[in-house]
Amino acid sequence: MNKELPILIIVVPLLAAVLTPLLGKLRRELSWWAALLTTSACFVFSVLILQDVLREGKITYWLGGWRPPLGIEYVIDYLNAFVLVIVAFMAFIGAVYARSSVEQEIDGHRTPFFYAVYLLFITGLMGIVVTGDIFNIYVFLEITSIAGYALIAMGRRREALVASFNYLIVGTIGATLFLLGIGYLYLVTGTLNIADLALRLEGIYHTRAVATAFVLITVGLGIKIALFPMHAWLPNSYAFAPSVISAVMAATATKVGAYALIRIMFSVYNPEFLTAGAYNINYILLAFSGVAILAGSILAIAQKDIKKMLAYSSVGQVGYIVLGVSLMSLTGIVGSLMHILNHALMKGSLFLVVGAVVYRTGITSIEGFKGMGKKMPVSMAAFTIGALSMIGVPLTVGFVSKWYLAVASIETGMWFFVPVILVSSLLTAVYFWRVIDNIYFKPAEGDEAGRGRGHGVYGDAPGAPGVKAADAPPWMLAPTVAVALLCLVFGVYASFPVDVAEKAAGILLGEWGGLHVNN
Amino acid sequence: MSIIESAVPLYAVLVSLLATVLIGLSGRYPNVRETWTISAALVKFGLVVSMLPAVMKGGVIQYNAVSVLPGLNIAFRVDSLGIILALTASFLWIITSLYAIGYMRSLEEHAQTRFYMCFAVALSATMGAAFSANVFTLFIFYEIITVSTYALVAHDETPEAVSGARRYLTYLLGTSIIFFLPAMVLTYIYAGTLDFHSQGILAGKAPAVMVAIILLLYIVGIAKAGMMPFHLWLPSAMVAPTPVSALLHAVAVVKVGVFSVVRIVLYVFGVDLLAGVGLGVYLAYFACLTIIVASIMALRQDNLKLRLAYSTVSQLSYVVLAVALLTPSGITSSIMHITIHAFGKITLFFVAGAIYVATHKKYISQLNGIGRQMPFTMSGFTVGALSMIAVPPVGGFVSKWYLAMGAVEAHMLPVLIVIAASTLLNAAYFLPIVYAAFFKEPLPGESPGFQEAPALVVAPLMLTAAGALALFFWPALLLDLTRTVVSLVT
Amino acid sequence: MMIELLLTKYNYWVCIVLMMIGLYAMMAKDNLIKKVIGLNIFQSAVLLFFISMSKIEGGTAPILMLNQQALYDNPLPQVLMLTAIVVGVSVTAVALAIIMLIYKAYGTVEENLILEMNKRNE
Repeated sequence: MNKELPILIIVVPLLAAVLTPLLGKLRRELSWWAALLTTSACFVFSVLILQDVLREGKITYWLGGWRPPLGIEYVIDYLNAFVLVIVAFMAFIGAVYARSSVEQEIDGHRTPFFYAVYLLFITGLMGIVVTGDIFNIYVFLEITSIAGYALIAMGRRREALVASFNYLIVGTIGATLFLLGIGYLYLVTGTLNIADLALRLEGIYHTRAVATAFVLITVGLGIKIALFPMHAWLPNSYAFAPSVISAVMAATATKVGAYALIRIMFSVYNPEFLTAGAYNINYILLAFSGVAILAGSILAIAQKDIKKMLAYSSVGQVGYIVLGVSLMSLTGIVGSLMHILNHALMKGSLFLVVGAVVYRTGITSIEGFKGMGKKMPVSMAAFTIGALSMIGVPLTVGFVSKWYLAVASIETGMWFFVPVILVSSLLTAVYFWRVIDNIYFKPAEGDEAGRGRGHGVYGDAPGAPGVKAADAPPWMLAPTVAVALLCLVFGVYASFPVDVAEKAAGILLGEWGGLHVNN
Repeated sequence: MSIIESAVPLYAVLVSLLATVLIGLSGRYPNVRETWTISAALVKFGLVVSMLPAVMKGGVIQYNAVSVLPGLNIAFRVDSLGIILALTASFLWIITSLYAIGYMRSLEEHAQTRFYMCFAVALSATMGAAFSANVFTLFIFYEIITVSTYALVAHDETPEAVSGARRYLTYLLGTSIIFFLPAMVLTYIYAGTLDFHSQGILAGKAPAVMVAIILLLYIVGIAKAGMMPFHLWLPSAMVAPTPVSALLHAVAVVKVGVFSVVRIVLYVFGVDLLAGVGLGVYLAYFACLTIIVASIMALRQDNLKLRLAYSTVSQLSYVVLAVALLTPSGITSSIMHITIHAFGKITLFFVAGAIYVATHKKYISQLNGIGRQMPFTMSGFTVGALSMIAVPPVGGFVSKWYLAMGAVEAHMLPVLIVIAASTLLNAAYFLPIVYAAFFKEPLPGESPGFQEAPALVVAPLMLTAAGALALFFWPALLLDLTRTVVSLVT
Repeated sequence: MMIELLLTKYNYWVCIVLMMIGLYAMMAKDNLIKKVIGLNIFQSAVLLFFISMSKIEGGTAPILMLNQQALYDNPLPQVLMLTAIVVGVSVTAVALAIIMLIYKAYGTVEENLILEMNKRNE
């Protein structure tokens, strides 16, 4: 059983994706149960895989028993397992949440198909993570992208269609560039297996074809993870997608893209190639990430729609992930990996809360959050936790990754990234505080009487004008609260994920000693 | 020095957090709600006092709560320095709670449940800051104080309150993220640890330039200490209800600020390191500047609370100045002033609130003859004012005496001149109020009759005024604790 | 030298030219269907790139015959491109489906008109 886990985690959701519409024909509700069961099974598998990896260090699976490099091989080490658990968990959370949210946002006859496509989307994401074959990455990347286009197009408003179409065009360009890069690598080495590629590329890293392949692949993946300035597709897609899809996509899709980028950077290519004088690729990536961090935050401030604000904030957060890996130090990579986890949790919880607000009120403007603190107290508490995490307040997950990134910046002598991180934290505080202010300190529209003096001697005691509390339905509230609490749990007990991330980073860097540190 | 492992400091922090939940749940039953506040305050004070005997003997109570990351622990450490702040804050919380009940109910304020909840959180965080065993823990509680008091400053929800609260948050959160946090990162990178140590942790670990940079980052980053030019948040915070101004902006928030400065100067840098590099002098002159400028600005305020706020800014820098002298008497003065100023200033704020409750007056120019209407309140004010000016027999004299001695020990004549000048300025902005209250005729058209504020408002301020007097006559406890600190760090 | 590069590697130049045509269509055309056509051209260019690199001069189709030693083309890229073609077809199908829905919702498939309508709505 355990030996088959890597393939089960792909095959189970794939088969379920086919079965779901059929079950939906019997009874519509069955399709939700199918999605829920499948994603929870995937989550269990991913945890088992993580356990195996923690015990054995690395597990492999040969598809159809064919020996690599001819056959396709699934390879899972600490990095894969780490990302896999995150993806599977958020997929599960999304499935739980979808019950009420999808019921309201998507036409009844379409829901079985929604769940089918959702499972395909998850299959693709997990495929990218488990596979050890670079062409396989391309195929799974396209599976999740195509599923993603369809999911976004199911948004309530017609703008969703346009957003989805734009994403489709840009995303396909990215994927095709990625494919072209693979072609270059294959032309040079004659292999597609990642481990085998690394062996055969030894010594010829600086040929023009190999460097070109890197550029093509990085640009391709850069589009998929929305690295500034290749982010144009992201804000509208997140803003108009169904609520649950915004949350799951923000939490997983760009993270898996980042995983693929890290895999290519360190497992196909290596730190020597990235830091060598002739190209200095890591400096280029650093520059991009620095601009992304600041630009994302500044653009987020300008938004009036909360989903767009969160989307632009994601653009900035992707910058953090790329920043950490481009610093080329153990601490930096740990920071990036932690940010993959942390951002999944915090952005996930924020989008889930926004989904709940949409469910209750249909509002997505920041103005519309006025007085929400009284109407939806639990959801808004979750939002506050998510917002504090985004700012990077200690005891939340956001602090952990920012701490590692700041320490790494100083350690590698790139101290000027410390102000970048700090300024962006401040900007983050600015755009989230506007929302928090509306939530707790401003009365709802048409409820002006709610403040000032004259509330009786006891303030909020009976008799004071009350607001009817109507928080999100339990199927939405429970996952939201769970993710928000995890933001706190991993903010306080960060040692476990950091441990895994450190092992993963150690393997990625291998024997490479690090940049010259000037202390 | 004996080390005792005990979770009591954790309980002392948690007790008001627990109270927060209970307060939130009993929002519909005001008397139950207020009972929670009072009992949490009493329990907290009891817990702090229970740790006192061990600490008096020179012991240190330690407790490691959570290890967030390797090297980043949330840990508590109760020593003589920490317990002074904890005792002051938890004792004054009891009194302020009584006062707050009187004040809030008299004015029929809204959102009282939120008010008491945030108050309790702020007090938890103050305990946490007092008992922090490392910079990281201190930083966390420092930030929690900022966020929880934001809600208190914005309490009125008027545009004025919200914009004041915004400025409050921007200054405090902004400086702490941009300066305090990198200072902490640098400390960690150079010293390899963030744990406080009585001889400092940076000595011999970082080059002199780096030490100067880190010190600067800390001093600028801890804006709660009210050093210019990042003092403007304090006047902005005066839009808050008076109990908030009293406890938080005369005791908890600002005292955590100067306490952090003292803690970091003594326990991160260490007296020897700073004296060796010669940085204390610069810090001292920097503080002198704030003392004088803030006093002059206080003179120009007509709003009573604003005048008190600027006076606070000036008095806080006494603490920083005193510790920057790096001499035994200086450090003694610095630590004692944290408590002594707390008692004096809270009395003054209570008076401002009492006047507002009784007469709805906010401005000093309206106070002619008010001493006849409110004799108890204004005599409390007089005691507080004398403590600020440092006239015997009030507590303020004790700390200023040690400050002057410290300046002599450090051979810094200019500091003596600054002390003298600022004492004169203090007298110039407080005594006219006392004079006007008792000796000027009331404005025409005002009833000269007896018009005291409710007992629940007046009694607390009499108590704190008595406390300020007691600190002059019986400073033994405070002095003993301070001496323990001084003997360890010098 | 340049001429030689053009002549001997003309298959790759064709790929590049096709790619640029496709890219141009996607960027510059307002009609959504034309964009999809551009997308297909763009993808086909990469397909051709893979196929032409697998071609060996004088090689035949890689079918294993008994007792015959023939020169085969590299079969792997060809197989990969079968997968890529499937991917391309799926993308096209989804794209066309979305265009149909857009036509239903907006009554046009011209991007500039659609964006104008979106702006007016805001």
